[in-house]
Amino acid sequence: MLRLIRSLVERARRERQQGGHRQDGEDRVRTDGGTVDPAVGSRSRGERAAATVRTATEGEFLRSAVFWLPPLLLTGLFVYGAIGWNVVISLTDWNGLGDPEYASFDVEMYARMLSDATFLAAARNTVALLVAFTVVTLLLGLFLAILVDRGIRFEGVFRTVYLLPMSLSFVVTAIFWAWVYNFENGLLNELFRAVGANFLVQGWISDPQFKLAAVVFALVWQFSGYAMVVYLAGLQSIPTDQFEAARVDGAGTVKLYLRVIIPQLRASTTSAAVVLMVFALKAFDFLFVLFGTNLGKSVDILAVMMYREAFGSGNWAYGSAIATVLFLMALSVIGPYLYYQYRRGDL
Amino acid sequence: MSTDTDADPETTSAATSRQGDGARTGGGIDLKRVSLYAVVAVMAAFYLAPLWTGLVTAFKTQDAFFGTTPLAPALPGTEGFTVRPWLEAWAALLPGIVNSLWFTVPAAVLSALLGSLAAYGLTNVDWRGQVALLVPFVAGVFIPYQSVLVPLTQFWNWFPLPVGGLAELAITHVAYGVPICTVLFRGYYLTLDEEMLEAARLDGASIYRIYLRIVLPLSKPMFAVALIYQFTNIWNDLLFALVLAPPNAPPVTIALNQFKGSMVNQYNLQMAGAFIAALPTLIIYVLFGEQFARGVAGET
Repeated sequence: MLRLIRSLVERARRERQQGGHRQDGEDRVRTDGGTVDPAVGSRSRGERAAATVRTATEGEFLRSAVFWLPPLLLTGLFVYGAIGWNVVISLTDWNGLGDPEYASFDVEMYARMLSDATFLAAARNTVALLVAFTVVTLLLGLFLAILVDRGIRFEGVFRTVYLLPMSLSFVVTAIFWAWVYNFENGLLNELFRAVGANFLVQGWISDPQFKLAAVVFALVWQFSGYAMVVYLAGLQSIPTDQFEAARVDGAGTVKLYLRVIIPQLRASTTSAAVVLMVFALKAFDFLFVLFGTNLGKSVDILAVMMYREAFGSGNWAYGSAIATVLFLMALSVIGPYLYYQYRRGDL
Repeated sequence: MSTDTDADPETTSAATSRQGDGARTGGGIDLKRVSLYAVVAVMAAFYLAPLWTGLVTAFKTQDAFFGTTPLAPALPGTEGFTVRPWLEAWAALLPGIVNSLWFTVPAAVLSALLGSLAAYGLTNVDWRGQVALLVPFVAGVFIPYQSVLVPLTQFWNWFPLPVGGLAELAITHVAYGVPICTVLFRGYYLTLDEEMLEAARLDGASIYRIYLRIVLPLSKPMFAVALIYQFTNIWNDLLFALVLAPPNAPPVTIALNQFKGSMVNQYNLQMAGAFIAALPTLIIYVLFGEQFARGVAGET
């Protein structure tokens, strides 16, 4: 994480261009836990551990609580308390007006999912969206990062343009894309008509066949700049001499990237993939603005179904159960990731 | 662009090292560079096209945008040109913009401040168990909002704030912004010079004094990152707003969605509305793109 942030700083790039590893001669990175070089990382971690042993007292713990306890209580109550409460609600039969009855608990809501065709379709779409969106966004982001990293002029301008959609609300981008996808006058169909590809003129967000693909495409447009930023940070932490060495060995540009550079971007891929997958699980705003809550079986996803069941139909317990499933799916992505981060010493 | 390709062969090995084997043959360089720039420009067009077609449509009359291609602008003075969509959308969205400012600014400031405090307590004050306490913060970055929506509405129904629903929305956003802010500040505080803090400690400075006198002043660049990132996130949010915002004071995202719903097929109005609602985040992005990128990268 730190490595990514730091390597965005222009200075890192200048140092690399001077042929040096960016850690060389820079004392501010001394306690950096997220360096590329495992030796540097473990050494500084060791130093920190030593410092901990030196000064750790119960007093420090209590006095430091002033700093971390209020934020921890706030997050603990609203995030983790609410998650637990949500699980409890999912075990009741609460629906309609009034308050939930915490008298008897059962897993009826979870059993109901398995025989609910809407839930199964939504679950299938969620997984399809997650996989397609993550894979395409990563590939496009990597492509953009390599483009921008090849010493082009106005690099900053292009980076800014590619990342621009990330700064926009989904409400805004959904409105733009609804117009782009418009059957009669939208940009996409007009372009296809202009080049004579009339078979490609489709009702992209009205035909159930294309709805999900159209949503994935628009979300890739919005998020690929993010993947680019992560990959750029990874690329810029690779020492220049590796590019040089591969060239001296006679590797072509494509081979250079496939064999030497991309394998070193595994950490970037992992962290970007986690963020993208978790986003795909909670994607709500874009679909809600584009289609409302009744979006049709072809593009219904759990994140919207949960809202529809709870806040649309008053099936609070059922909505909470779907939310719990979403939480578990997110947990199955971030759990291994956090463990991996911890093992790498990046936490 | 021609000057770029002319200048590039002259640049020394450091700059050309990423240009692959371009330096091998004299004649091949320009062609390669030209095609590289062509791809870069096409990608830029891809990212700007939806915005461009929105922008030109917002300046067209109803007849004009149904009759012209969606990429061609209507020039001022011509028949199809109008600024009426902007005026109408502005009038419709202004209350939403004011509502959003009311809770977005305090929530962004408060979450950044709490994130800084938590990161300091968990990074620069030495005691065992920091990592264990850090995990809930880092994991909190990734929690899907859906998994807390029902309890949140219950909670605020039971304990409504006397100052109104926007304050409830603000506090909720603070609680969900603290994790990412903590992660951002922790990344930054790990790079602080440990010797400097140790020296202050040896001088007898308390951890409170070290925070106020040393760490907080050094945190300015990270506050910029956290504030920009949080402002953009909270301003852009729709889901919490749908569930928690009072119906009589809708934030701008809800106002825009309602505006879209009431202006069926009036794409000029919809596009103008989208730009007006996005204006604060667009301005911030153009002015502080680097800080925004750092905030975005901090999520990983």
